[in-house]
Amino acid sequence: MTDAIWLVIALPLAGAVFLHFFGRRLGEPLAGIIGTLSVAASFAVGFAAALPFIVEEGAHGETVMLWEWMPAIGANLEIAWDSLAAVMTLIITGVGTLIHVFSIGYMHGDERFARFFTYLNLFIASMLTLVLGGNFAMVFMGWELVGLCSYLLISFWYTKPSAAAAGKKAFIVNRIGDFGFMIGLMLVFTNFGTLAFDGVFERVPEILDEGTATAIGLLFLVGAAGKSAQIPLYVWLPDAMEGPTPVSALIHAATMVTAGVYLVARTAPIFEAGPNAGLVVAIVGALTALWAASIAIAQSDIKKVLAYSTVSQLGYMFIAVGLGGYIAGIFHLMTHAFFKALLFLGSGSVIHGMHDEQDMNKMGGLLKKMPVTGITMGVATLAIAGIPPLAGFWSKDEILGVAFEYGGVGIVLWVIGLVTALITAFYMTRQWFMVFTGEPRWDKGVEPHESPRSMTVPLVVLAVLTVGAGFLNTPFRLTLEHFLEPSFELVKVAHPPEGWGMFALLAAISVGAGFAGMAMAGFVYSRPREIWERFQQGFGRLWEAWAAAYRVDDIYGATLVTPGRKLSERLAFTFDAGGIDGLVNGVGRAVRSVGTRTRVLQTGLVRNYGVGFVAGLLAVVIWLVVAGGGV
Amino acid sequence: MIEVTAGWYLSLAAVLFSIGLLGILVRRNALIMFMCVELMLNAVNLTFVAAGRALGNLEGQVAVFFVLVVAAAEVVVGLAIIVAIFRRRESASVDELASLRG
Amino acid sequence: MVELVIFVLVGSAAIGGALSVVFAKNPVYAAMGLLGTLFSLGVFYVVNLGHLIAAVQVIVYAGAVLTLFLFVIMMIGVDRVEDTSEPLRFQRQLVIGLAAIMVVTVGALVFGGEFAWVPLSVAGPIPNGTVENIAGIMFTDWLLPFEVTALLLTIGAAGAIALAYYAPGAPEESE
Repeated sequence: MTDAIWLVIALPLAGAVFLHFFGRRLGEPLAGIIGTLSVAASFAVGFAAALPFIVEEGAHGETVMLWEWMPAIGANLEIAWDSLAAVMTLIITGVGTLIHVFSIGYMHGDERFARFFTYLNLFIASMLTLVLGGNFAMVFMGWELVGLCSYLLISFWYTKPSAAAAGKKAFIVNRIGDFGFMIGLMLVFTNFGTLAFDGVFERVPEILDEGTATAIGLLFLVGAAGKSAQIPLYVWLPDAMEGPTPVSALIHAATMVTAGVYLVARTAPIFEAGPNAGLVVAIVGALTALWAASIAIAQSDIKKVLAYSTVSQLGYMFIAVGLGGYIAGIFHLMTHAFFKALLFLGSGSVIHGMHDEQDMNKMGGLLKKMPVTGITMGVATLAIAGIPPLAGFWSKDEILGVAFEYGGVGIVLWVIGLVTALITAFYMTRQWFMVFTGEPRWDKGVEPHESPRSMTVPLVVLAVLTVGAGFLNTPFRLTLEHFLEPSFELVKVAHPPEGWGMFALLAAISVGAGFAGMAMAGFVYSRPREIWERFQQGFGRLWEAWAAAYRVDDIYGATLVTPGRKLSERLAFTFDAGGIDGLVNGVGRAVRSVGTRTRVLQTGLVRNYGVGFVAGLLAVVIWLVVAGGGV
Repeated sequence: MIEVTAGWYLSLAAVLFSIGLLGILVRRNALIMFMCVELMLNAVNLTFVAAGRALGNLEGQVAVFFVLVVAAAEVVVGLAIIVAIFRRRESASVDELASLRG
Repeated sequence: MVELVIFVLVGSAAIGGALSVVFAKNPVYAAMGLLGTLFSLGVFYVVNLGHLIAAVQVIVYAGAVLTLFLFVIMMIGVDRVEDTSEPLRFQRQLVIGLAAIMVVTVGALVFGGEFAWVPLSVAGPIPNGTVENIAGIMFTDWLLPFEVTALLLTIGAAGAIALAYYAPGAPEESE
């Protein structure tokens, strides 16, 4: 089946190309169905190709060469098909299929319905290029392509100025990260002479010293921080919520933003050679997790809460992969893909039912009107809060276990993780109660209604996954662990502490934190509005700071954007217009004046030229006679 | 008894060549200029013949043959150009052909 | 002795003809001067045993080429006497200067003995330019140049025809 693995990328790509040319003619909903089917077919192929890894424990991956592009630098079209790639492929195409189905209902009536599916399919193909690429060149290609798709989809409703600005912001901030990634790639190439994974990872111990490995790791971290929205480059992700909600679910929660985590996991041997880089990754992740979670507390926009929650959860994954717990990180990546996609799709369903209302202050009491959405979102809320036996509990606990086992700084990270878990439980519960319970606070004329079948079915499927996915990798049965192990043979994977007692203790602490957060939120937000408004006012300025996201955008604007713009203006209108243009024009003027003076010589008269010719001839003859031809 | 050497012929050729060269510079009539060119070519031919004789070599005369052919071709094309110019401008003076003036 | 007499007489005729080419006011006289020079050179060719090229000189040059010249002169107009004034500034002065330098140079070469490097009598057998000898060289060692010149002549003829057929309606060139 690995021979046909190229179909995994080719099918969505073909779907995108087909929809680009014929989508408008096919109209609604046929274009959406074709887009969905191409991704579903890709999932089927991926699943069939992944069977060997499932059936035969410890099966090794292989690299499938499709086309030799630039073999000299190891940049070919090749697919590294191993269990890590298989997991990523199944997450991307699986969640992708569900979100495609959801989009058919959500994008109903949009005049660029077909174009939306073109972009979604293109995104799936790009993301698969990123995770399946067998060398850094292909990964980078996918890396840039998903950035492009993200830009196209965030600003999908480009007539809205805020959406256009958000797309631009995401693109520019990502560019900063890509810059670091690119320099890292150059360092890899200068050290190894190739970009192919096969030629790099196995030779890491013999070629890289610790300093170089740390440098490469930190540069990769810059790239990963841009793509995965970590401090200080996370600012684009909340704005990215301007895009359609399925986009937020697919790109900005489940798949693209996890590219940074995937990158760190994929390049694990480099991080192992430079452990300090990994530690920095973990610290950045922990700070981001706490920082973003605190902002999420005070958001009133239903999607903003989820956006900051995503940033925070990505921080968790960074903690895991930074400390060497690659499998824990990928595990959380997977469960997070399920429950966060579910949360986003649920919020999309709510927004759809509330006629594009996103302010939670104007919701409330929706459980009766939208029971499926409400219950499925409740399941996801429990999962992200870390309540057993839902998926979030197992993966989050594994990460916290890894941090605890690391010791030293790891203990600090563990504490931060616990606090974040508490805050997460709080804000997610707050959201659920604000949206689904209490008396209705709807605007006049809003008639909430449950979403159509095409939207609720994906919600239910994701809810089932959210409940069940955790059992893939419990301390009782380490299925995913064994599945992924062959991909991490070259490195030592960090694990949670051994022993049931330790597991029970850590689990109890984190579940306790989760319950505490939920209880606090439930206590406040299940009661009438006046009570929780007074509760929020009790925080005073702190709450305002959280609600304003610490004004980071303003700080960036004042310290980076405005000076940058001023510098550009000076360069453009003073230096370029005066200096460079002046130089160029000066050269032009000089040439012209020389020409004006020397054109007199060009009389156009043959006999004048003849005089010059003869004078030269005579000079040569005389020179020959006098010097005899010698010098 | 003065003997005629190859140098005599070469000197004569040099004189003829110089006259032709100066003629090109002083005459305006394109036809006359052409005749001067022919004069110069013939002066060169004379050097070929004389030098060939002095060196005991027949190839000097072969070279003359080729010069003759090239000169014939040149005259044909050159005169055609002059006729064409004359038909257009009613003049054979090269001084009026100064449209390439800078 | 005979050669000396021939050289002086015919050489004077050649120089005289050349001077008349340059200084004749009427183009016909100039052509006649050129004819004289060409004949004189033909005589020199014979003296130097170039029988074939002497014949070709008379037939092609004195015959065909000069006839062509005269034909064009007639076409353009014989009666037109050129004015000898010099319209170009400095041209005459420059030419006089160049002529002076040229006279000095050529004089230095002629009388400085530079051209006397080989006495004609000592250089072995004088090559006899009969038809047979010339053809023997031309069609063996010089065959390729010969063919190339044939091509050149063809192109020249074609070019002359193309020029003669030029469209009279073509726009007047601007100055």
